[in-house]
Amino acid sequence: MKIAINDISDALKKIDIALVFGWQDVSQRYRRSRIGAFWITINMAVMIVALGIIFGTLFRMPMEEFLPQVAAGLIVWTFFMSVIMEGGASYIEASATILQVKMPFSTHIIRVLWRNLIIMAHNIIIIPFILIFFMKPMTMSVFLLPLGMIIGIVNVLWMAIFLSIVCTRFRDVPMIVQNVMQICFYATPIMWAPSILPDGMPQLLIQFNPFYHLLQVVRMPMLSETPDMVNWIVCISMAFFGWILALVFFDRYQQRITYWL
Amino acid sequence: MPHIELNAASVQFPIYNAKTRSLKNKFLQATTGGFINEEQDGRLVINGLNNITLSIHDGERVGLIGHNGSGKTTLLRVLSGIYIPNSGLATISGECVSLINISLGIDQEATGRDNIRLRAAMMGVSRHQLEQEYDNIAEFSGLGEFLDMPFRTYSSGMQMRLAFSVSTSIKPEILIMDEWLSTGDEDFKAKAEQRMSELVSNAHILILASHSRDLLLNNCERLIWLEHGSIRMDGPAEEVATAYFD
Repeated sequence: MKIAINDISDALKKIDIALVFGWQDVSQRYRRSRIGAFWITINMAVMIVALGIIFGTLFRMPMEEFLPQVAAGLIVWTFFMSVIMEGGASYIEASATILQVKMPFSTHIIRVLWRNLIIMAHNIIIIPFILIFFMKPMTMSVFLLPLGMIIGIVNVLWMAIFLSIVCTRFRDVPMIVQNVMQICFYATPIMWAPSILPDGMPQLLIQFNPFYHLLQVVRMPMLSETPDMVNWIVCISMAFFGWILALVFFDRYQQRITYWL
Repeated sequence: MPHIELNAASVQFPIYNAKTRSLKNKFLQATTGGFINEEQDGRLVINGLNNITLSIHDGERVGLIGHNGSGKTTLLRVLSGIYIPNSGLATISGECVSLINISLGIDQEATGRDNIRLRAAMMGVSRHQLEQEYDNIAEFSGLGEFLDMPFRTYSSGMQMRLAFSVSTSIKPEILIMDEWLSTGDEDFKAKAEQRMSELVSNAHILILASHSRDLLLNNCERLIWLEHGSIRMDGPAEEVATAYFD
């Protein structure tokens, strides 16, 4: 375990590097545009309104209930998915750096996390507007949001660490991950509400989707609602076992990563 | 005290062609069960370095020579701690900076000032350290008000000036270089030469890979001659240079 833990604690000591380059990644993308990074917000808002109206009409859902769900769902999902997929590809992307400069591998993962946190901060601006528009009252549950976010981040991080190793070694894995995430997007209640599922089996099956629970612990507090106890329990136990898996893997293969680039 | 110790260190690169690198084949291989033998499955191993044993102590100036493909870059990477040897041991104690690609980290769209920060971060300079050095770096580059312009508007000479100014601003214990850094017009060249010799004399250990006899003899008192990933000769600079170049 020593190699993995050293790598991570080194990366935390030198967190400046990850923060500088994560910030740079976002600002680089919008450098010459007039409204800059707020294109992130605009793109997301357009997507939320368009998808919200289309699917809301399709499923005959009341807008004041459906649109906030879609908004929070899409924002949280985009964050999870980007950290998992970009985190998985992070060593491949940073190969020029890895082969030149000795720095902790986790730095590249933290960079991806920070970049996506910045993007999410741009997107989350949309939520208060939607809540005000539909006159949704704020409740104390909103204070669960930081806790939900932390649990969400801890979970996507172990997935990113695990995948980064597998993706670097087997170059087909990034494409497989992409497909799996696409399926998960449809299988997780983001564009639809769990209430439209028929009773019995389908209602039960949704409980087996880990992303459903991950989504709930962040999305519900965002909309001033309280996640179920089962959401918290699943997420915390997933984080526990996931980190063990990721650390064992990272420890075993950390020194081989450079050779696979 | 900084020192470097390699004990029977070997580096082997696995070559995964499209066949072995895909998960599909891993899977198919497992299900067909061992009919494919090693040669047919396309697994190749390249020996980058064989059994390298050497120790470099505080104060040594070491040059690396050898033909293309002799393992110089690989050895430099082992010495910087980038490749961990497959077998054998590498102990590197000391803060190590390699000036191999001095433009790494630079963003074309960002201004000169931003790029000083980016390049410094890439070299592992902390925010606090950079604040102290920042004005010196800006002044040394001689770019003046161009520092507020995007990097892409610079001429290639100006780009090199900036990268050089930042990259040589920190004083590492172990300095690793692939060829000498020289850059700019006559004015800057003189400044750069001075900066380089300061850097080299301040470093506890210098490791310099080069093809230039004069450069090596001027800066190193010990030369290591690599051939096919092994040490062919290791000794006083004059002696090894005579054997290699003549």
